[in-house]
Amino acid sequence: MITSTCRNLTFETIEPWAGLKRAMELGQAGIIREVTDSGIKGRGGAGFPAGVKWNLCAAAKDPLKYIICNADEGEPGTFKDRVILTDFADLVFEGMIIAAMAIKATEGILYLRGEYTYLREGLEAQLLALRVNKKLGENACGVKGFDFNIKIRMGSGAYVCGEETALIESLEGHRGEPRNRPPYPVNTGFNGHSTAVNNVESLAWISCILSKGSKWFSQHGTEKSTGLKLFSVSGDCDKPGVYELPLGITVAELLVEVGGSNAKAVQIGGASGRCVPAIEFDRKIAYEDIPTGGSVIVFGPGRDMLDVAQNFLEFMVEESCGQCTPCRYGNPTLLEGVQMLREGRCSAGYLKELVSLGETIQIASKCGLGQSSANAFLSIVKHFKEEIMGRAIGDA
Amino acid sequence: MNLMTQQERLRSELEELVERLGTERSSLMPILQEVQRKYYRISDYAIQVIADLLDIHPVEVHAVVSFYSFLDFKPKGRFVIRLCRTLCCDMANKDRVARQLCNDLGIQFGETTPDGKFTLEYANCIGMCDQGPALLVNDHVYTRVTPEMVNQIIVGCRQVFGLHATQQPMEQ
Ligand SMILES: Cc1cc2nc3c(=O)[nH]c(=O)nc-3n(C[C@H](O)[C@H](O)[C@H](O)COP(=O)(O)O)c2cc1C
Ligand code: SF4
Ligand code: FES
Repeated sequence: MITSTCRNLTFETIEPWAGLKRAMELGQAGIIREVTDSGIKGRGGAGFPAGVKWNLCAAAKDPLKYIICNADEGEPGTFKDRVILTDFADLVFEGMIIAAMAIKATEGILYLRGEYTYLREGLEAQLLALRVNKKLGENACGVKGFDFNIKIRMGSGAYVCGEETALIESLEGHRGEPRNRPPYPVNTGFNGHSTAVNNVESLAWISCILSKGSKWFSQHGTEKSTGLKLFSVSGDCDKPGVYELPLGITVAELLVEVGGSNAKAVQIGGASGRCVPAIEFDRKIAYEDIPTGGSVIVFGPGRDMLDVAQNFLEFMVEESCGQCTPCRYGNPTLLEGVQMLREGRCSAGYLKELVSLGETIQIASKCGLGQSSANAFLSIVKHFKEEIMGRAIGDA
Repeated sequence: MNLMTQQERLRSELEELVERLGTERSSLMPILQEVQRKYYRISDYAIQVIADLLDIHPVEVHAVVSFYSFLDFKPKGRFVIRLCRTLCCDMANKDRVARQLCNDLGIQFGETTPDGKFTLEYANCIGMCDQGPALLVNDHVYTRVTPEMVNQIIVGCRQVFGLHATQQPMEQ
């Protein structure tokens, strides 16, 4: 199996099932309090506080509830969930069981992207072992009346299905088109039932939080962005791979770690993230400054920022579900604009129009894909005017 | 085999599949994924049968198949090669691997070889960004692919195909 280089992950040091044991002592309210106290926010990108989400699910009056682990990891430049599922899947399953105890879920679903089908066999074998060991099934973990099972469902090659309501649509056997929110999945989720959707990494951290305590977690990071986070680092750096770092770290500090200090820019948050130029490398990677699901792509001095804008816009055009007009028609127009810039045919006036179109797509789109599809383009136009305007064909 | 018996056989295989995976709407994706894996496509006839068994309109099934890039109406090759075209792999020179794939297979992206063995496609980020260029051959992942490796990968597939050729199901 091809593995990414990882360095000193906390996950390696966690005693298996210690978190679950603690969770059983704490009980439903205690688990939610511990998770809330840790301050952990969603590691999937949107950054919603996990404790609040679980509290809403726990409060929902619904005899059928679901915990869904979002393993659709499709954001360009992200691969840390693959690493977790390869090396630490038990922490994820443990997190799902803890979640089930907290919200009183009866079923867990791991939604694995189709591109990761090669992970499925190993994961199924681990789930089977958990059933044999009675961690799953009727009276799971030896708790009377706690019937909980986990099954795996596959995606079929659609990035937008990582969006939680599109994911639920897909599970229900529909096109993966995001829903209007509200209602949120915590109230109206899978098959209309209360559902907590959590990212792979969020669930693994929650096992650690239960095991080592909320204080241990929240001592890392900043006040608004507590804890440690995995970063998937790629691009022009000496040591690409998966890194565990505290939130709040500056871009410059991260670049030292990965051997990319001569970068001219860094894309943080993948295609839906932002391009940070060298002059802003003192900014913090944290929910309150530059938020991210963990994708870090380093651009060395020789990179053409229009290549970056073009590749990401092609991605968005390809992956848009096409439900809303700004996303469906806006992104191709931005992409054409990049082509014009490339050929030196874009007037300053038209560039302004493109920027305003980008801003319109951000506010007028229904889901996070459209709302963030123009981010990369807009940040490149903002910071690299010198590079992208007035080109002749063949300039780069 | 004449057309009628082929369809009958497909129908009974689909009936078995649906019995195993369930007739609820939420079983639709697993059913379609299995049909795609087994028959390399989801034909109009299969759509009709699945719709009947799940008691939904065929248009519903059609709409789902058309949405997902891993589900296809047209027959795919036995080996679907998907080269990642997203930024990190692009920066790692995926274009050279792409050219070599086209040269060695004699087809363009989006096409299937006339013998039905290989389909060549692009994929978006497949989660191997630190080890690009990356590609998938069916469910198998290859990383740090060089133009030189392309031929080995194809030869490897042909060997597998030789072994299993007689077990492949008939065209629908
Ligand atoms: C277009 C799009 C794609 C997304 N892809 C993923 C994904 O692959 N994995 C993930 O965990 N969250 C993804 N999300 C965020 C989910 O909607 C959701 O917020 C998340 O799974 C919640 O888990 P968390 O709170 O633990 O992060 C995506 C969101 C959008 C808008
Ligand atoms: S913003 Fe784009 S991806 Fe999201 S619902 Fe609208 S069209 Fe679909
Ligand atoms: S960009 Fe190619 S695998 Fe992520």
